[in-house]
Amino acid sequence: MSQLELDPVTAPVSPPRRAGRRARTSAFWLALPLAVAAVAVFVLPLTGLLPDGGQNLDATRQPPAFLAGGSWAHPLGTDKLGQDLLTQFVSAGRLTIVIGLVGALVAIGPGTLLGLLAGYFRGWVDRVISILIDAQLALPFILVALAIIANRGSSLPVLFLVLALTGWAVCARVTRAATLAIRERQFVVGLRAAGASEPRIVFRHILPNLAGTIVALGTLQVGTAILVESALSFLGLGVVPPMNSWGSMLASGQDELSQAWWIAFFPGLAITVLVLLVNLLGDALLTHHDPRKRRR
Amino acid sequence: MSEVTETGVPGDLARHPRTPESDTPVLEVDDLVVEHRDGGTGTLFRAVDQVSLRIAAGESVAVVGESGSGKTTLAMAATGLGPRGRGDIRLLGHSLSAVSRTQLRRLRPEVQVVFQDPHGSLDPRQSVRSGLRELRALQPERTSWIDDADLLGRVRLAPDLLDRYPHQLSGGQAQRVCIARALLMRPRLIVADEPTSGLDVSVQADVLALLRQIRATTGAALLMISHDLAVVRSLCDVVHVMYRGRVVEAGPCDRVFGTPENDYTRELLAAMPGARWRSRR
Ligand SMILES: Nc1ncnc2c1ncn2[C@@H]1O[C@H](COP(=O)(O)OP(=O)(O)OP(=O)(O)O)[C@@H](O)[C@H]1O
Ligand SMILES: [Mg+2]
Repeated sequence: MSQLELDPVTAPVSPPRRAGRRARTSAFWLALPLAVAAVAVFVLPLTGLLPDGGQNLDATRQPPAFLAGGSWAHPLGTDKLGQDLLTQFVSAGRLTIVIGLVGALVAIGPGTLLGLLAGYFRGWVDRVISILIDAQLALPFILVALAIIANRGSSLPVLFLVLALTGWAVCARVTRAATLAIRERQFVVGLRAAGASEPRIVFRHILPNLAGTIVALGTLQVGTAILVESALSFLGLGVVPPMNSWGSMLASGQDELSQAWWIAFFPGLAITVLVLLVNLLGDALLTHHDPRKRRR
Repeated sequence: MSEVTETGVPGDLARHPRTPESDTPVLEVDDLVVEHRDGGTGTLFRAVDQVSLRIAAGESVAVVGESGSGKTTLAMAATGLGPRGRGDIRLLGHSLSAVSRTQLRRLRPEVQVVFQDPHGSLDPRQSVRSGLRELRALQPERTSWIDDADLLGRVRLAPDLLDRYPHQLSGGQAQRVCIARALLMRPRLIVADEPTSGLDVSVQADVLALLRQIRATTGAALLMISHDLAVVRSLCDVVHVMYRGRVVEAGPCDRVFGTPENDYTRELLAAMPGARWRSRR
């Protein structure tokens, strides 16, 4: 592949095409388990199949069903109050997925907009936005998070604010670069000659051409949002009781690691697998939309 | 000058059928200077240096010169579509520095551009049909004179191409679509920036014939940028020779190519394709 890329003139058309198709197929196989998991955490609670989530002080710290001493009444075991861990796992997964999606949206929304404006209008608009991007990227996210949370306390809106602030800059930077390239394409001049207004050119022509890149960026951002949320929740700064996310389950399980490792293990595993799949999906989408690998 | 304001309003096209003899020049450029700022060092590079240009209605003007001599920059700045330059530009008698934004948007369709890379000139996300639909929405009065199928017929394309996307068109087909899009606007000036350089030799002649025919039937003026002297000679009345941002020689094609006065022109003529024509004379 790399050898063919060195020589674009003689390279046959099919390899880039095949690369595009391969990226699309792998994107499908990565998206499938993610979709199944997402549907599962929303549908399972409605089916009545999950164990009752209430306290039961007679059955605390029960191991999962497949370990000695476990029972199928609590497939993933119970915590120190005897509450069913599978029920918690599902509802925490729901919140984790919602936080990942909303957290990505609040970051790529403003990020895309600012990147578009900087790339299209250049000049002082670009200079101001670029300085903001660089400043944001220079700030360690934990500092930003601590500053905001210390001020406002932890709640979901504050968490989304943190996710927006820590995520927009990367999106803005990528969108800006892509916009700079597209605005030089001649069809933009043609549209201007037809009397198209600047907003029309930016939002009806440049933005749709960036859609693939933005979707890929957004997917990667879902992974980042979940990791940030987990880290904050682990520190007790993100999701706080009575709400539960995989990150906060991990946090509450850490004290019990020696007696009941499974409390922290399953949420930890879930975060790892989820973020891994999401990132691989994002990479596959990015490859698919890489102009070098796509036939014009 | 009363004629001037009338010609500037697209809606008046029907009431004032344009005649090639109309005496307001389509484009007048006086002492245009365009400088590019080098991104890295911030120094200014003078891509167009004190160029004056006049294109009468229906006239066909060529700009020739080596690569990097500033031809594209001149054409884009002179039509108000590219970088802003210093100097006076009058489009159909309207000074570009004096017109309002809205006026400019109405004036713009009077100039249409056809580029070297036809695929880059079409939005990859738009089918031919939806692209034309957008142009019609932007300029409803101006574009109502012909329907899509007829328009494609004018550039000798079959109407079933309407639902294709740019990547499904050959280079020649895409260039014809670009020409059709320009034609739809009924422009008074067509800027063609090396319109055949990106095409296969076999379709170059077709595209040139098409441009010639459009000029004959619509009376639009042409600003043609080309490397090919044979093309310039067959299509243009007047030629401007550019060298390092300046026009070093200008005049009727026959005169400039027959008895070039400038040393650089002579050198260029010797190096350009189509120059054999000169020795035959
Ligand atoms: N956006 C830009 N920024 C900086 N320099 C530019 C820019 N566009 C063009 N130039 C420079 O201005 C000069 C003139 O460029 P221009 O594209 O007008 O040349 P040209 O005569 O059209 O060349 P060609 O025949 O290769 O198309 C070149 O030296 C080029 O490097
Ligand atoms: Mg050029």
